[in-house]
Amino acid sequence: MPSSRDVVFVDGVRTPFGRSGPKGLYAETRADDLVVRVIRELMRRNPGLPPERVDEVAIAATTQIGDQGLTIGRSAAVLAGLPKSVPGYAIDRMCAGAMTAVTSVAGGIAFGAYDVAIAGGVEHMGRHPMGEGVDPNPRFLSEKLVDGSALIMGMTAENLHDRYPEISKERADAYAVASQEKVAKAYADGRIQLDLVPTATRKAAEGWGLATEDEPPRPGTTMAGLAALKTPFRPHGRVTAGNAAGLNDGATGCVVAAADVAAELGLTARMRLVSYAFAGVDPEVMGVGPIPSTERALRLAGLTIDDLGLIEINEAFAVQVLAFLSHFGIPDDDPRVNPYGGAIAFGHPLASSGVRLMTQLARQFGDRPDVRYGVTTMCVGMGMGGTVIWENLAWEGAK
Amino acid sequence: MSGITEIFDDEVVTHALVRDVALPGGAGTMALITLDNGFDHTKPNTFGPRGLTELDAALTAIAARDDLAAVGVTGKPFIFAVGADLKGAALVRTRAQAEELGRLGHEVFRRLGELDVPSFAFVNGAAMGGGLEVALHCTYRTISSGVPAVALPECFLGLVPGWGGTQLLPRLIGPANALKLIIENPLSQNRMIKGREAFRLGVADAIFEPADFLEESLRWAARVVTGETAVSRHPFIADAGAWQAAVDGARALVDLKVRGASPAPYRALDLVELARTAGRDEGFAAETAALADLLMGDELRAGLYSFDLVQRRAKRPAGAPDRALARKVTKVGVVGAGLMASQLALLFARRLEVPVVLTDLDQERLDKGVGYVRAEVDKLLGKGRITADQANRLKGLVSGSLTKDAFADADFVIEAVFEDLEIKKRVFAEVEAVVGPECVLATNTSSLPVTAMAADLWHPERVVGFHFFNPVAVLPLLEIVRGERTDDATLATAFAVARTLKKSSVLVKDSPAFVVNRLLTRFMGEVIGAVDEGTPIETADHALDGLGLPMTPFALLQLVGPAVALHVAETLHRAFPDRYRVSANLAELVKAGKPGVYAADLSIDPEARKIFEREGGTGPSGEEVRDRALRALAEEVRIMLDEKVVAAAEDIDLCMILGAGWPFHTGGITPYLDREGIAKKVNRRRFLQPGVASVPA
Repeated sequence: MPSSRDVVFVDGVRTPFGRSGPKGLYAETRADDLVVRVIRELMRRNPGLPPERVDEVAIAATTQIGDQGLTIGRSAAVLAGLPKSVPGYAIDRMCAGAMTAVTSVAGGIAFGAYDVAIAGGVEHMGRHPMGEGVDPNPRFLSEKLVDGSALIMGMTAENLHDRYPEISKERADAYAVASQEKVAKAYADGRIQLDLVPTATRKAAEGWGLATEDEPPRPGTTMAGLAALKTPFRPHGRVTAGNAAGLNDGATGCVVAAADVAAELGLTARMRLVSYAFAGVDPEVMGVGPIPSTERALRLAGLTIDDLGLIEINEAFAVQVLAFLSHFGIPDDDPRVNPYGGAIAFGHPLASSGVRLMTQLARQFGDRPDVRYGVTTMCVGMGMGGTVIWENLAWEGAK
Repeated sequence: MSGITEIFDDEVVTHALVRDVALPGGAGTMALITLDNGFDHTKPNTFGPRGLTELDAALTAIAARDDLAAVGVTGKPFIFAVGADLKGAALVRTRAQAEELGRLGHEVFRRLGELDVPSFAFVNGAAMGGGLEVALHCTYRTISSGVPAVALPECFLGLVPGWGGTQLLPRLIGPANALKLIIENPLSQNRMIKGREAFRLGVADAIFEPADFLEESLRWAARVVTGETAVSRHPFIADAGAWQAAVDGARALVDLKVRGASPAPYRALDLVELARTAGRDEGFAAETAALADLLMGDELRAGLYSFDLVQRRAKRPAGAPDRALARKVTKVGVVGAGLMASQLALLFARRLEVPVVLTDLDQERLDKGVGYVRAEVDKLLGKGRITADQANRLKGLVSGSLTKDAFADADFVIEAVFEDLEIKKRVFAEVEAVVGPECVLATNTSSLPVTAMAADLWHPERVVGFHFFNPVAVLPLLEIVRGERTDDATLATAFAVARTLKKSSVLVKDSPAFVVNRLLTRFMGEVIGAVDEGTPIETADHALDGLGLPMTPFALLQLVGPAVALHVAETLHRAFPDRYRVSANLAELVKAGKPGVYAADLSIDPEARKIFEREGGTGPSGEEVRDRALRALAEEVRIMLDEKVVAAAEDIDLCMILGAGWPFHTGGITPYLDREGIAKKVNRRRFLQPGVASVPA
C-alpha cells in the first residue's frame, strides 16, 4: 500500500569530533563504539520512542572495513541493545553518507515501509585513512573518464580555484577565519554542547577519559597564521590545512519519522523534509556538486534560493563553499550561511557530516521562528552534490 | 614499606593512571583514576605493594589540588580489580611483614574516603576482594549490569577481607547482606554475584548497562556532585539487635559448615560484629591484626596452596602428553543405559555437542536411558538454562541402539556396565569388532585394572581409564588412568575430552581404586573398624570433625551406598590385605539392604546399630579413632607416592579437593598431615617442604 507521508526530523546528536592520529581523542576508540553511543543517546533523549518501534537503522561509512564493516547499521543496533527485531544496514556515498542515510530512510517512510528510523554516519579517519583499500579501475585514467586529480580531494579544490579565479586564497582564508570565530561563539553561547553526547575515550597508556567537546576547532585563528601554511596539493597553490576541513573521527545520528507517527508517540518533530536531490558533476571539480543538487531540490520544492532563511553547507574546503555562494549571488559573510560555523573548524569525519548539518539546522530553526525554510548541502567525492531542503516546524507563520 | 616490596619481587603492578575529566553539565573536573596492569582481561588487576604505592602517589597528587570537584576510580576493560596479589601473599615470612601488608592497604585505600571531595568507584568489571574494597572506600559507587563477578572470597581461601571490607560493607548494606558476601557465599563453593545482584544488595548506588557504562556513570556522578541527585544511606548501626541477630545467624551457619576447622570465617564474624561500634582506626587495626594472624597460620597457607592447585595445576595436568596428539572426537558411544550411562550421555552431548549413542541389550532399559536424557534436557529448558533450539539439538544428538553396530563411526566409546572384569572385557571385545582402529575405548571403572581390561584386545593401546565421580554433572574431577599399554594419542584424547567436558583431570597409574576411592576407603576402613571394635557410631563418625570435611564418614558411606563401598573395600583388601580390612558388619549391613546407618531423620537406625553393636566391646576413643585414621592416610599417601600412582603429592591433594570435596584449609590432605605432625610420625618425613603449603620457616 504505497503512500506518501510527511517525513520529519525529530532529533540529532553526535559524538564530539576528534582529530585523527595517534594523539587524537579517539586514537584507541573503535568506530562502532562511537555509533553505539550515538544510538543509545538518541533513545535516551526520546523516551517516547519504544525501541521496538525503530524500523530501520541506516549507518553510513565511507570505508566499510574492520570496525566500520560488518554491516555497521545492523551490528551497531545489536551492540546498542536495540531489540534484535530491529534491522539495519550500511550505506555509502562518501562525504554524503549520513545525508544519504537520512534521504533513504525518508523515502522508505514516505512510501509507508517504515514509521521511524535511525540514520547516521561514522568515519574514523585515523583507523581508516581516506582511500584505505581502494582499487580504482585503470579504465578511469586510460580512457580519460576522470582527470588524474579527481581522487585527491585537495587537488579538486585547487581545480575549483582555477574554475573560479575570483575566489582567491585570501578570500578562502578569510572565510576560514570566520568559520573558526563562529564556532567559538556558538560554543560560548552553549549551542553546540546541546547535541553532543559525552563519549568515553580510553588509551592504554593514559587510562579512561571523556570527550565532551570537539577537538579540531582552533579558536583565535588569524589571517596571518593561515597565510603561513603550506599548500600541500600544489606548489604556490591556494588550498591549505587552514582553509579546509581536517582528518577527523566522529559519529552522528538522528531520528527520522513519519509526521503522524511522531505525533502519536509524542516525539517533537523539528523539521519537515521538503525535498532532496543528488547530482553529479565532473569528479575533478567535485566541489561544485552542491550547485546542481540544490537547484534540483529547489525546483522539486517549488522554491527559490531566496526562500531559504538558513543554509548549512559542509565546509570540505572554503573554496567550494564560496563557489556555491557566488553561484547563487550570496555574500561570503552572509549571516544565513553556517551561523554556528562549519567543518573547517568542527572537522569533517566524512560519512558522518550530513547529519551534523541537519542537527545544527534543527537547533537554529528552534531559535529562529521567523525562518520557514532551510537547506543542508554538501559536496561529495567522485563529483557529486547532495541537498536536502527542510521546513521549520517552529515557524511562526504556521501558528 | 621496602620490606614487603622486596618479597613481592615479581609483582605485576597495577598502575593508577590519572586523567582529568570534565564532568557533564558543568559539574567541574574529576580526576579519574584507571586501574590497569597493562595486560588484557585474562590477567586481571591485582594489588601488591608497588601497585598500592602507585595508587598512594596518585592520591597524594590529587589531594594537593584545589581545582577538583570529585575523584573517580575505574578499571581496565572487563576488569575492575580482583584483590591482593596472592602469589606475593604466600611469600610473607614474618608477622611484621603481614601487618605491614594489611596496614599499607588500609592507609592507601582509606584516603579515597577521606579526601575533601567526594570519590566515586565505577565498577566496570569483576570486583573481588581488595578490588571490591577499593570501591567500598569511595563515597559512591556505580556498577555495570554486565559485571560477571562481585565477591569477597577471602574466607574461601582462609583469609578475611582485610583492607576495610569487614568494617565498611556492613555499614553500607547492613550486616545480614554483608555477611552473605563476606561469609555465606565464600563458604558456598565461593559463589560470586553479578552486577545486578550487587546493586540490589546496595553495594552500588546506581547501575548502568555496559554499552556506555562509564559515560552514564560520569553523568550520574555529575548530578550527585551538583546535588541534583541525592544518595541516602540507611543507618544500619542504629539497630544493635538486628546487627547481633545477623551475626548470630551467620555464626550458626559457619559452625554447620566448618565446625571450627578453619579460623577465618570466625575472625570475619568477630570483625563484622565489631564494625557496628568501632571507629575506622579501631576497625581497620582489628582487620590488620586478623589478617596478620591468618597470614601467619597454616590454614591460610594451605588455602592458597589449594587455590593454586585448582587454578593452575588442574589446568595443566602433570604428566599429560602433548595436546597436539589428541584425536578429534566427532561421535561418542556409551555402553550401557543405566543411570550412570545416561548421565554420561547427557554430559557428553551437552559439552562435546556430537552424536552420542547408548547401547543396551534390553529395549526397555534403552528407552529408559534415552528417556532420562530427554527429561533432563527438558528440565534444563524449563529452568531457562538452554533455549528450545538447543534442547532440540541435544535431544537429537542422543539416541539408543540395541546393537553395537551404531558405534562403527564413533571416536570415543565409554563403558559404564557392571563392575566385573570379565563383563567389561567382553564388552570391549564386542566394541572393538565394530569400531575403527583408533577409536578410544574408555572405562569408567572405579576399581578394576585397566591393563587387564585391555589385555586381550587387538589394540590394547587405545584403552584408558576415565573415572568420573558421582554425580557426574557436579563433581569436577576425572581420574584419567593410563594402562600399561595405553599410548600417548589415546591419553591426549582423553585429556582433551576431559577439558571439553569442563572437568579437571589428574593422570593416575593403573592401580587399585586409583586415588580418591583408595584413600577414602582406607580412611573409612579405620572408622568402621573402630565401630566394629565397639566404639559407638556417633563417636567414631564425629572423631574427624576437626578436619571440616564436607560430610562425616558414615554420611559418605550412605551417599556412596554400602554395596559399592563394600565392593571397593573388597577389591582393595585383595590388593593390600594387611592395610585394607573388610568389615563383616558392613557386609551384613549390605545383606540387610540398609541404605546406611542413618535413618531418614538422621538418627541412627536401630537395626543398623544392632548389626554393628558388640557385646562388651570397648573400641578406641574418638581421639584414638582420629589418630588411627590420619596415620592410615599418611601411610597410604606415602605408599601411593612411592608406587608413583600420581606424579606428586600435589596431585593427591588435587584429587581430594576436587573429587572428595575436602576443604581448602586442609590443602586436600598432605598439608594437614604435615602440619599436624602425623606425616613425620608415620613416615619420618613431610610430604611438602615447609613454605609450600605452610608458613615458610
